[in-house]
Amino acid sequence: MLQKVVALLLVLSLLACGDATPNNPYPASEAQQDIYYNAFAIQPRYLDPAKSYTTDQTAFVMQIYEPPLQYHYLMRPYELTTLTTAQMPQIKYFDQNDREVSASARETRVAYSEYIITIQPGILYQPHPAFAKNEEGQYLYHVLTTRDILGIETLSDFKETGSRELTADDYVYQIKRLASPTVNSPIYGLMRDYIIGLAELNQQLVQVYDEQTPEQQALAYIDLNNYDIEGLQVVDRYTYKVKLHGKYPQFKYWLAMPFFAPMPQEALVFYAQMPLIKKNITLDWFPVGTGPYMMTENNPNRRMVMEKNPNFRGEPYPLQGMPEDLTKGLLADAGETMPFIDKVVFTLEKENIPRWSKFLQGYYDSSGIESDNFDQAIQAGGGQASLTPELEAQGIALLKEVQLTDFYWGFNMLDDQVGGYSVKQQKLRQAISIAFDVEEFIAIFLNERGLPAQGPLPPGIFGHAEGVQGINPYVYNDVNGRAMRKGLDEAKRLMFEAGYPNGINPATGRRLIVNMDVSSRGDPDEKARFAWMRKQFDKIGINLNIRATDWNRFRAKQEKGLIQMYFMGWVADYPDPENFFFLFNGDNGKALQGGVNSSNYNNPRFNRLFNRMKNMEDTPEREKIIQEMTDILRKDAPWVWGFHPESYLLKQDWVHNININQMVRGSMKYIRVDSQLRAQQRKAWNQATYWPILVVVAFFLLLLLPLIISYRNKEHRSVQKRFKDK
Amino acid sequence: MFAYITRRILYAIPILIGVNLITFLLFFVVNTPRDMAVTHLGDKYTTEEAIEQWIKSHGYDKPRFFDAEASGLKKITNTLIFTQTKNMFLLQFGTSDTGRDIGQDVKERMGPSLAVAIPALLFGLATNIFVALLLTFFRRSYLDLYGVSFCVALMSISSLFYIIIGQFLLGKIFRWVPISGYIGGWSAAKFVLLPVIVSVVAGVGSGARWYRTLLLEEVNKDYIRTARAKGLSSMQVLFKHALKNAMIPILTGVVVVIPTLFMGSLLLESFFSIPGLGSYTIDAIRSQDFAIVRSMVYLGAVLYIVGLILTDISYTLVDPRVRLQ
Repeated sequence: MLQKVVALLLVLSLLACGDATPNNPYPASEAQQDIYYNAFAIQPRYLDPAKSYTTDQTAFVMQIYEPPLQYHYLMRPYELTTLTTAQMPQIKYFDQNDREVSASARETRVAYSEYIITIQPGILYQPHPAFAKNEEGQYLYHVLTTRDILGIETLSDFKETGSRELTADDYVYQIKRLASPTVNSPIYGLMRDYIIGLAELNQQLVQVYDEQTPEQQALAYIDLNNYDIEGLQVVDRYTYKVKLHGKYPQFKYWLAMPFFAPMPQEALVFYAQMPLIKKNITLDWFPVGTGPYMMTENNPNRRMVMEKNPNFRGEPYPLQGMPEDLTKGLLADAGETMPFIDKVVFTLEKENIPRWSKFLQGYYDSSGIESDNFDQAIQAGGGQASLTPELEAQGIALLKEVQLTDFYWGFNMLDDQVGGYSVKQQKLRQAISIAFDVEEFIAIFLNERGLPAQGPLPPGIFGHAEGVQGINPYVYNDVNGRAMRKGLDEAKRLMFEAGYPNGINPATGRRLIVNMDVSSRGDPDEKARFAWMRKQFDKIGINLNIRATDWNRFRAKQEKGLIQMYFMGWVADYPDPENFFFLFNGDNGKALQGGVNSSNYNNPRFNRLFNRMKNMEDTPEREKIIQEMTDILRKDAPWVWGFHPESYLLKQDWVHNININQMVRGSMKYIRVDSQLRAQQRKAWNQATYWPILVVVAFFLLLLLPLIISYRNKEHRSVQKRFKDK
Repeated sequence: MFAYITRRILYAIPILIGVNLITFLLFFVVNTPRDMAVTHLGDKYTTEEAIEQWIKSHGYDKPRFFDAEASGLKKITNTLIFTQTKNMFLLQFGTSDTGRDIGQDVKERMGPSLAVAIPALLFGLATNIFVALLLTFFRRSYLDLYGVSFCVALMSISSLFYIIIGQFLLGKIFRWVPISGYIGGWSAAKFVLLPVIVSVVAGVGSGARWYRTLLLEEVNKDYIRTARAKGLSSMQVLFKHALKNAMIPILTGVVVVIPTLFMGSLLLESFFSIPGLGSYTIDAIRSQDFAIVRSMVYLGAVLYIVGLILTDISYTLVDPRVRLQ
């Protein structure tokens, strides 16, 4: 047996010696190719643009589908620019008598608005079997039987593909899909309030769906060409019109999201076939777009591969950027035709440790930083986080950006104790806000990757104030232009004035008890976080009772208003202050109206200002209103203003043009890779060490020797014993 | 034997109904279809209509246990529990919350699970038997004492530790194999080597100790003494007599796990990014895709019962004294 083990090890070592980098997880043939390698931790649930919402989905979808608009890759604050459109949409406002009014007209005068969108001619879809036709012009694969697809396991197994030009019809069809019960789009609830006729279309389609047989329902397809609505109109082959109720300037941002990307009806007909559905060949897994990349392999259990769309028209790299972009090298490719990379390979990597190790070995081109690896990657010095010398020596670069996101601890304003708008109730919340040392939270739990919030607006959003105006005077003192958290004495004074001296509740004669509900997933560091939170409340004499539940229970409690405090986050959909302030709009209350205002905040003055501000252009007047709204919120303190998290991204030396940002989801086309440098570095970093194999073999051989001796002695002893017995 | 197997299969039916009932209660009563819809649709702009539509499109809008409005037998058959149980018994797992066909996914993922599980089982079995024989041969010696202590030490370490150390040493420091990943076909060998080594090392402590116990039990029996008295060497006695008889519980112990090999290893597959059924289950739990979790629990129960029946049959094959009636 031992001999076999030794032989096996030798064979193994011989095999390994044949490859200088046997730990390479990719085929050797890919070494010199322009491929971008990355990892994904969670399988995207959908790649249907009408449903894709989360970043793990849009990371794929936005490389393939093209909505009419996009965000400028380099300019900040974020700017919208054209993607498939010839120019920016033409926006017209009309009163009740169908007379056009100016853009500056008051909201009450505007009955409806029109967005006229004209796309560029000549844009082609990626090659796809849905478009394949025979010589008679009939679609080859629109009526498939189980027998027809024998041997077909994935989309690339179809022999024939076709393409066609993108038209305005495809955009209109997709917008109709938002109302379809077969799609269940997450933004239908919002869009039905704006797009004229969308709610009625939904009612019609629900009726049609209900009348379908279970077999038809399983195909999830309704021909939407049979349904026209007032809010959607195809003007000509390349132009379409979207009609909205009233004025909704934020609609332009939605036009840069996947929900408004075009959908060819051929694709929907093709995918609505049971034999394909049974093989998981569906629109959710095999998108059909006009973008720079197309999905050629989709195995969400292992890897997803996107390759350059051969029909892509080409797009020039931006010519303009921010002043610092020049020094960062982000304008080196200005004017060059994109995309630069031939192929993008995303590999499923669920655990942090192997993902991080493979990044360090050069097998991933970029990586985030998990708390497990933070000390290995980042060192603090001079108040600035920088890379460790080891990583710098590898040529790795650190990119940072504050996210357009709020994480906060909210109060339920409907609660008798911590809610309400009286001065005493305000003071209780302000006292808690002071005691809650957010800076310490960021240092302990986020490795300093976050910015303490001074209000709801993160940096980069119009209306976010810097300097003295940007400091929340109820929680911080202005010390030479820097925000310094007020002392505990101030918090205790506020507690006294709020009617809770030293935290004692006069009604009970005991310490005030506050309940905080959190959605829990049983993270390992949750216990430490909860202990830290209790400590913050304890500083001002309050006992914090944390009620950790799963997301559904947590949400149900919120809907019923059965909570006092809670912890939540909000990720911006678009870079406009309206997308943050509407979280405080009284009409959006969670408990009463089922909206997104989880604190059920309802201040009439704030509501009036919100309704004025939401439809304004970014003018000084709007900025003034935003400042006033922020002041109201700071005083009322419906949230303990938590933090805006900061993204850290590491990129390898051979990767160029990565500009970390939250809004530009279709960023793969901008990235360039020096594959030769990568191949050299990988080889240098991954030379296998073979001597341990010899050590292992020697160890087993050495082990063998005493065993043989022992065996011989044992056998000999037995003989001696037998002889003596005789 | 045929009657025995038929009886065992019939016994399995109430067990499977029980498993199905428990999972149904867990996934449809404790966690309602509405909860599933909310988890699935998100929180931002979700409407009541969207929630209802999601429930309807997944067929979860039926009454759970009893349809009072239906007539006759439909009072029972037009319920969620009946349709779900019927589908499970027909091994029609339906679609996951993301719309993927679960049966197809299970088929695709069995291969990678087996690619790790089969070599891990075979090499693990060989290693455990080898170590157990060694310890038995040198029983009551220092080698036995230190060997058993070492086995206890190995048993006491979490399998996660072996995974991390394995990836660190073999993948990161020595760079012999990829740290994680998987490619189908023969190229898979490069990727499964490390998980197999880790699996064998992690299991050798408990496995070798158990087999040593079985072997020790045999070497103390009369027929061994008779064999020794006949003048056979210790080696001959151990390999030709003791091992052969100790193989009965060893083999039957192995047979019971063979069907469950299809289910893969939760931890191993997750850490090594092996796209098998183990990581499928873990992912489903993480994303609260209860359609998959229920299917995997049910499939696990079926395979376990199959394993137990196979064990009984294997007894008759390896031990002529056993007859199934």
